[in-house]
Amino acid sequence: MADRNFRHSPLEGFSSGGAVAMSEVPFLAQINLRLDPAGPAAAAVGKDLGVALPRRGGTSATSGDVSVLWLGPDEWLVVGPPGAETRLTALLESAAGAAHASVVDVSAQRTAVALRGPRVRELLALGCSLDLHPRVFGVGDCAQTMLAHAPVVVWRRESEFWILVRASFAGHLAAWLEDAGIEFTVRD
Amino acid sequence: MSGAFRTARGGLVDRDRPLRFRFDGVEYEGLQGDTLASALLANGVHHVASSIRLGRPRGVFAAGVEEPNALVQIEEPFPEPMLPATTVELYDGLVARGLRGRGRLADRPDPARYDATHAHCDVLVVGAGPAGLAAAAVAASSGARVIVVDDQPRPGGSLLGAAEHLDWVASVAGGLRAAPEVRLLTRTTAFGYYDDNHVVAVERRTNHLGAQAPAHRSRERVWRIRARHVVLATGAHERSLAFADNDRPGVMLAGAAQTYLRRYGVRPGRRAVVLTTNDSAYAVARDLHAAGVEIAAVADLRDSPGAGRAPHGAELLPGWAVAGVTGADRISAVTLRRLAGGAFTGPELRLDADLLLVSGGWNPVGALYGQAGGRLAYDDGLGAFRPDGGCRQALEVAGSVAGTYTLKGCLAEGAAAGARAAEATGFRPGEPDLPETADPEVTPGVAVWTLPGDPATSLVDLQRDVTVADIARATGTGMRSAEHVKRYTTAGTAHDQGRTSGTLTSGIVAEMLGVNVGDLGTTTFRPPYAPVSFAALAGRDRGMRFDPVRVTALHAWHVAAGALFENVGQWKRPWYYPRDGEDMAAAVLRECRAAREGVAMMDASTLGKIDVRGADAAVFLDRLYTNMISTLKPGAIRYGVMCRPDGMVLDDGTVIRLAEDRFLVTTTTGNAAVILDWMEEWLQTEWPQLRVYCTSVTEQWATVALVGPESREVLASLAPGLDVSRDGFGFMTWRDTTVAGLDARVCRISFSGELAYEINVSWWDALALWEALAERGITPYGTQTMHVLRAEKGYPIIGQDTDGTVTPHDLGLGWAVSRTKADFIGKRSFTRTDTARTDRKQLVGLLPDGGELLPEGAHLVAAAEPPLTALGHVTSSYHSAALGRTFALALIEGGRDLVGRTVWATLDDGLAPVTITGAVLYDPEGARRDG
Repeated sequence: MADRNFRHSPLEGFSSGGAVAMSEVPFLAQINLRLDPAGPAAAAVGKDLGVALPRRGGTSATSGDVSVLWLGPDEWLVVGPPGAETRLTALLESAAGAAHASVVDVSAQRTAVALRGPRVRELLALGCSLDLHPRVFGVGDCAQTMLAHAPVVVWRRESEFWILVRASFAGHLAAWLEDAGIEFTVRD
Repeated sequence: MSGAFRTARGGLVDRDRPLRFRFDGVEYEGLQGDTLASALLANGVHHVASSIRLGRPRGVFAAGVEEPNALVQIEEPFPEPMLPATTVELYDGLVARGLRGRGRLADRPDPARYDATHAHCDVLVVGAGPAGLAAAAVAASSGARVIVVDDQPRPGGSLLGAAEHLDWVASVAGGLRAAPEVRLLTRTTAFGYYDDNHVVAVERRTNHLGAQAPAHRSRERVWRIRARHVVLATGAHERSLAFADNDRPGVMLAGAAQTYLRRYGVRPGRRAVVLTTNDSAYAVARDLHAAGVEIAAVADLRDSPGAGRAPHGAELLPGWAVAGVTGADRISAVTLRRLAGGAFTGPELRLDADLLLVSGGWNPVGALYGQAGGRLAYDDGLGAFRPDGGCRQALEVAGSVAGTYTLKGCLAEGAAAGARAAEATGFRPGEPDLPETADPEVTPGVAVWTLPGDPATSLVDLQRDVTVADIARATGTGMRSAEHVKRYTTAGTAHDQGRTSGTLTSGIVAEMLGVNVGDLGTTTFRPPYAPVSFAALAGRDRGMRFDPVRVTALHAWHVAAGALFENVGQWKRPWYYPRDGEDMAAAVLRECRAAREGVAMMDASTLGKIDVRGADAAVFLDRLYTNMISTLKPGAIRYGVMCRPDGMVLDDGTVIRLAEDRFLVTTTTGNAAVILDWMEEWLQTEWPQLRVYCTSVTEQWATVALVGPESREVLASLAPGLDVSRDGFGFMTWRDTTVAGLDARVCRISFSGELAYEINVSWWDALALWEALAERGITPYGTQTMHVLRAEKGYPIIGQDTDGTVTPHDLGLGWAVSRTKADFIGKRSFTRTDTARTDRKQLVGLLPDGGELLPEGAHLVAAAEPPLTALGHVTSSYHSAALGRTFALALIEGGRDLVGRTVWATLDDGLAPVTITGAVLYDPEGARRDG
């Protein structure tokens, strides 16, 4: 394992206040998982992760500090705390065994931006065409969509939204969010 | 005093808040709550504009968005052209002037913010008049998510103009505003209705604040609303009819006059004549009379007005019409005469008047219904087109847009529509709370389109200056369709979209052709319903936010190093790194020299990277690439070419075999997403039986190319654990190792012909690697140097040297096309006659005889004298440090057989001789790649 002090996250130091608070959640462990959702490997992975792979589109499942986001009928993103990528990769590879599966460490591919505050949905609506109303997009729901013309994963957590964004788009998204936030920094 | 024509009391204006404004250079005073039009009328100003084609003076004709005449240019606080004065809310400091048709855009950038947002609801109600409010109240009572949009500053619709039931309006609006799942958007015009109930509206958020508008708040906002069910309660617009001089200032729609009086407290004149085809103008006449406007006469085109009661002192003239209007800048008299059998008869009655109020009937506002795919059918009883009820979208129509003109009917229809909409989306509506309303006796109106008189001054479309004579000319040429007449005469094409003139035009055309107006139909309704500024449509998608800018992990370093950048797709890539005083040519020559003679490095992180995994991965890649991939050994790398089924090159890159069932393939920078989609398409639609998963890892890895004869020593010093010897780390192989203390995958790949490595590390570690290399004084180079280096070696760039019509053979990559594989995408096309021709355009090198730098794209011709037979064109062109001259790559017909021949390049100032060479101009024997 190389020295971690060299590392730089795409949005190092990004945070912004106002009625929508924004900050980067850097260095998350993220593993892209693909396998047959009906096969034995899916069950084995669920058992070893401690949480079944979600089968319903646009949902996630969480066990402890590891969450599994549904990205497609046979694709998930396993998200864990910083540094967990090696452990999670090994766990998933071992659980999948000889089955047809793909376990790819994509931890550095995307960073996360946490958004919280009473007007967070209003802000997201400025650049995202999905309906994020609580009746439609509840806690744990996630979606691959476009925000500010950039491909993202929007993930609703207990008290905040996380936006998973590709590293190359992160600067664009952060600038867009800050600009969008201008209306929300001043009390009307 | 806010104008001599202001009433002593009444209206929805705030008499304690006077506003100063300037119009056509004159200072006036208006009141908070005025529009520019009402404020002008309060000051006795009727003539506010002139017409676009004929230059005729024009006054305020209507009181809302349907206004065709009173176009103004806002000058201050910020220029805005062509606004109807009836839609401009007055604010302090407004400076405007009347227009003759066209305005002017600002000559400076608009400092205001504009934005767009998305909204979703169960029920969208368009229009907050009586029907819309009733619908919204009922739908909201069900708990459904409701959005209500209305173009006025306050809800109420026609009730504002009539100043009736405003307490009910306030109570409903208060309830809607307080409901958590309801959004009431005023000053918001729904202007587009698209499939699946996608309705687009524009909200004017701060326009009415003038210079006091807060800078942080967007001035206008585009709402993209997705509604499960829609209630259209868009109301009706009054129309005029065509008679001589019907466009003179002082001629006004009757309902508008009532709005000016009751909503704005403005008497639109002193003495009025009324011309009507229906009952609605009578209430107007009585209201005006009660407010002190003398009503000289009511001419009713019906022979028996029935319920119509003229106000005290006004003569009621059944069967009479307007025979003439006196006065140009403002009417001074109206001549009335009896109409019988389509002709005037009997004595004239000339009445002094400064106001002529006209009601030719009411047109349901069916534009959004039409945009939604619905049809408007002619209703003989109404004398107007109304929604036929057969629209394919999930919508309801309620109130006067449905042809229901009584208040009682509008409220009932609205409530019922709101209930149906709520139920359709799974909610249970409550009981409506509607005001008590009278149920007046109604005498049907008559549809009259024209009166006898000079057709050349009988206006049909006031904004386009289309007259009855123009329409006669159109039908006289044989036109039989409302659409043709519209295009020929331009009737209905102005920015009011024929709101007051569309039905009238159809009526007149039908009359001239002797057909039923219902059979003739309306013209097509298209978005936008009302003009929308480009600034609003652009929103925040301007400047750097127009399109995402993608950057690598090293971008900040490149910027600090003074790099200039090139756009490659959405990516910003360093183009070159000029040092003090260097121009581009000097910088690129220096960077090239470093790569060829010493060591240099480039950020290659933008290359697309795809992890391909599964038991059938090798079979899959064999089918995608033209060359054999399955024979590649783990640990080795192969260059590969992909074609489309037509045999033309799609992309190229390297294929790294990580394990028996695992590959990492690279794509060109601009094609990363395209190739991943391409792979998924083939896997999902053609070869679902293949056990392969593809995962994009483009930004998981940052890539640094380390290039030049000294690169081996540099790598050896940074990766002490790596055997970098020629035999220990062969060309086109890869190793996992540690470089500068970082986990790295090093590939021995060369895109320059030099000894070179591509070092891949985590995106997070990129800066640490790059800085470790920079500390050793290694020259960074950009895409321009990369282009020169690869072109000297004849390596094509897909998308620059190809254009979708080029085969691998054309590029000289025939060696990368397998002859042994059973099949691969594009294989069959290589035997097509045209693809197999030997005189196709082929990639060759060019050496300009005179040393010119040929422009990329320059055509190449066979001889210097006509006929100039075109042979092909220049695809890449550079100065070469290594060759000490300029050179180019080109696609030339049968080019490989023309090596050594002179052809001519077309330049701006003539032809230049160039000599064709092979594509590989530098180190053709490939001696340098192993150092």
